Amino acid sequence: MSESSAIPLTTADGIPLKTSLRRAVRRSRIRAFLLVSPLLLFLVVAFVMPIADMLWRSVDNPEVSTQLSRTAAALEGWDGESLPGEEVFAALAEDLRVGQEARNLGLLSSRLNYEKSGMRSTINRTARGLRTLDPPYKEALIAANTTWGERDTWQILQRETSPWTLSYYLAAVDRQLSPAGDIVKVPAHLEIHVSLFWRTLWMSLVITALTLLLGYPIAFLLASLPLRYSNLLLILVLLPFWTSLLVRTTTWIAILQSQGILNDLMVALGVIADDARWQMIHNKTGTIVAMTHILLPFMILPLYSVMKTISPSYMRAARSLGGRPFLCFRRVYFPLTLPGIAAGGILVFILSIGYYITPALVGGQSGRFITNTIAYHMQTSLNWGLAAAIASILLFVVVVCYLVFNRLIGVDKVKLG
Amino acid sequence: MNVSLQREKQDDAGEATAVADACFARFIDVQKSYDGVELVVKGFNLDVRRGEFVTLLGPSGSGKTTCLMMMAGFETPTHGQILLQGEPIDDLPPHKRGIGMVFQNYALFPHMSVAENLAFPLQVRHLPKEEIKRQVARALAMVRLDDFGDRRPAQLSGGQQQRVALARALVFEPELVLMDEPLGALDKNLREEMQYEIKRIHAELGVTMIYVTHDQTEALTMSDRIAVFNDGVVQQLASPETLYEAPENAFVANFIGENNRLHGEVIESIGDRCEVRLDSGETVAARPVAAGGIGARTTLSLRPERVGIVGEGDEAAFDNRFQAEVREVIYLGDHLRTRLEVCGNDEFIIKTPNAKGFPSLRPGQTVEVGWSSRDCRALDA
Ligand SMILES: Nc1ncnc2c1ncn2[C@@H]1O[C@H](COP(=O)(O)OP(=O)(O)OP(=O)(O)O)[C@@H](O)[C@H]1O
Ligand SMILES: [Mg+2]
Repeated sequence: MSESSAIPLTTADGIPLKTSLRRAVRRSRIRAFLLVSPLLLFLVVAFVMPIADMLWRSVDNPEVSTQLSRTAAALEGWDGESLPGEEVFAALAEDLRVGQEARNLGLLSSRLNYEKSGMRSTINRTARGLRTLDPPYKEALIAANTTWGERDTWQILQRETSPWTLSYYLAAVDRQLSPAGDIVKVPAHLEIHVSLFWRTLWMSLVITALTLLLGYPIAFLLASLPLRYSNLLLILVLLPFWTSLLVRTTTWIAILQSQGILNDLMVALGVIADDARWQMIHNKTGTIVAMTHILLPFMILPLYSVMKTISPSYMRAARSLGGRPFLCFRRVYFPLTLPGIAAGGILVFILSIGYYITPALVGGQSGRFITNTIAYHMQTSLNWGLAAAIASILLFVVVVCYLVFNRLIGVDKVKLG
Repeated sequence: MNVSLQREKQDDAGEATAVADACFARFIDVQKSYDGVELVVKGFNLDVRRGEFVTLLGPSGSGKTTCLMMMAGFETPTHGQILLQGEPIDDLPPHKRGIGMVFQNYALFPHMSVAENLAFPLQVRHLPKEEIKRQVARALAMVRLDDFGDRRPAQLSGGQQQRVALARALVFEPELVLMDEPLGALDKNLREEMQYEIKRIHAELGVTMIYVTHDQTEALTMSDRIAVFNDGVVQQLASPETLYEAPENAFVANFIGENNRLHGEVIESIGDRCEVRLDSGETVAARPVAAGGIGARTTLSLRPERVGIVGEGDEAAFDNRFQAEVREVIYLGDHLRTRLEVCGNDEFIIKTPNAKGFPSLRPGQTVEVGWSSRDCRALDA
């Protein structure tokens, strides 16, 4: 045995066995690779690259280092204690003059405005008034705008010469860097993101719990009915997938709004007074109701696929061994459906913390999700760095959820259809 | 629950006990239909004595599982009654019947260890922890799996899973155990070993067992009595010996063991002897069992080992003798299986021992075969 393993095995024509095996599998490997390459390419372009770009943008900080390059260089030796010297002010004036001629100071002024409010107008005004300024620039700039006489301004400028920054992430969790470089809370009236993150998480949990509560009996019914009926029911479960998401969401508006079907019905039945109609839309209730409805199939399908594989003989065995029906369910059937609960739960939870359109349409102010803030920064405030940072945190939360799930249940145990 | 019922009755009177023992479990004229169109079980009657091992034997789809499920309470009879220890159990839910059950696929709970599986029926009966531990250990010892308590069912071989299923059905000491083809998934050697094991446990514990199988050898070796099932009806209920030696109809004769069949018409019948004219013209003397009167069609059933070759020495008893042509000889070690053409039937099988003094046959050869009319049973057509 040990002798034969010492001598390398060869095929009949003397080529080492390993070499000929490699040759034999190479062709099939190449073919397999060619078959998946279109999808691979698509995934790289449409998935990997955007995510990489997002992660990059969340820390990218090019504005000061490129547009105020002279100032940045001049600030290198500054001790940060007293105001910098004349050469720094002169460099700033030159940078602003160049920038003003190229008309590209907008990004810089917005970027600095995130760090210190008022910086946008300071830079724009200074740049416009540069022509009338004469050296020495230190006195002239301070005279033109007192902001340049504050040590904070220069500390921030010096800090932001770094090509990357954590300030988007800090902003995403309602923190900021003080001019001295300490991490501090933003003023209370600007604290919005952390509470929004928490709201997104707990509302997603509520939605997941509701889909489980509603979906479990349906899945059980589907799995225990004869095939004829269960197929019909399954189609009913899948029916929402054939209807536009937008239609389903707006239908809820029609049903739940204060002049809507449900309220009208309740008033007509005398359950509520006409002037005390329920506010069920454009708030948390609206978001939870509509999203529970929309995400329900994602809970039912994994549950159903797991329940279908549970042989009825388990329950029969448990009953014959003397267990009452509920006890048998709790000790035997329910544990066997855990993989389905976990799969459906993680699916619904991850889908819902990233959901955008439904909270945007029916959530109003109080039912908004963190995704709506991302969209706001992408489309309205154009603070892409902050949007990227929030989105990256969301991605991180999803990955953590997935890892925890994989650790507890094991993704390989999950069947989705 | 049932146990206590039984105890009370025992105190009552010896006579009542004897009745309850004779009819421990009873099916009275039970019918079952799933779809309201077709009867799957038609008029099933069975009395099982206490401590008996009764097998329901029959081809696939004959309604064996259905009968077992009605006993266990998972199906309700469409008509008729099922009694357990003299009490009707129609209204008793399955978990109150106290019947142990072994399923074909074992139905061991995959998320529990072997010991937890065995503890389940004891836990639902709220036994104290120590007691449960002791009983589980005892049950594991009974099926010789003492060291396997911590394993999951998936980590056991088929035979071991089977033993666990058996132990689980017995651990709460039911008086009646139902088994639905418990050995169906095992290979031949293991199956034989488990047959022996189940018999041993049956003898040891004295429980009553109703066993379902479609394997006739299994039924013959294990049972006290066998109910041969076909088409929802019990064809014959008898001991293995009687079933083999004295089948009451053509189905049973065919289903149990090997059997040569000759078709013909009764031309004379006096006492326990009749004459049958075969379709090929010959006349055969036979013993009438389930044949009709003169002129009725009948099937003659003849076990291969009861047919001899004239010239071997025991032909004195042969009151039927025919010329036969050898078609095929199959060598089976200890005996030879020879296929002959006799009376127009070329599927006629005889078995001759592979021993000194028995002539060796070759295909194409013509021999004279014979059999006693007592071994040739005239059954229904
Ligand atoms: N739940 C059911 N619904 C409808 N028909 C059924 C059901 N269970 C069994 N049947 C039918 O009843 C008949 C008898 O079934 P049963 O399972 O009792 O047969 P069996 O003798 O156990 O057969 P096997 O040896 O194959 O297990 C079959 O024709 C079967 O198709
Ligand atoms: Mg069956």
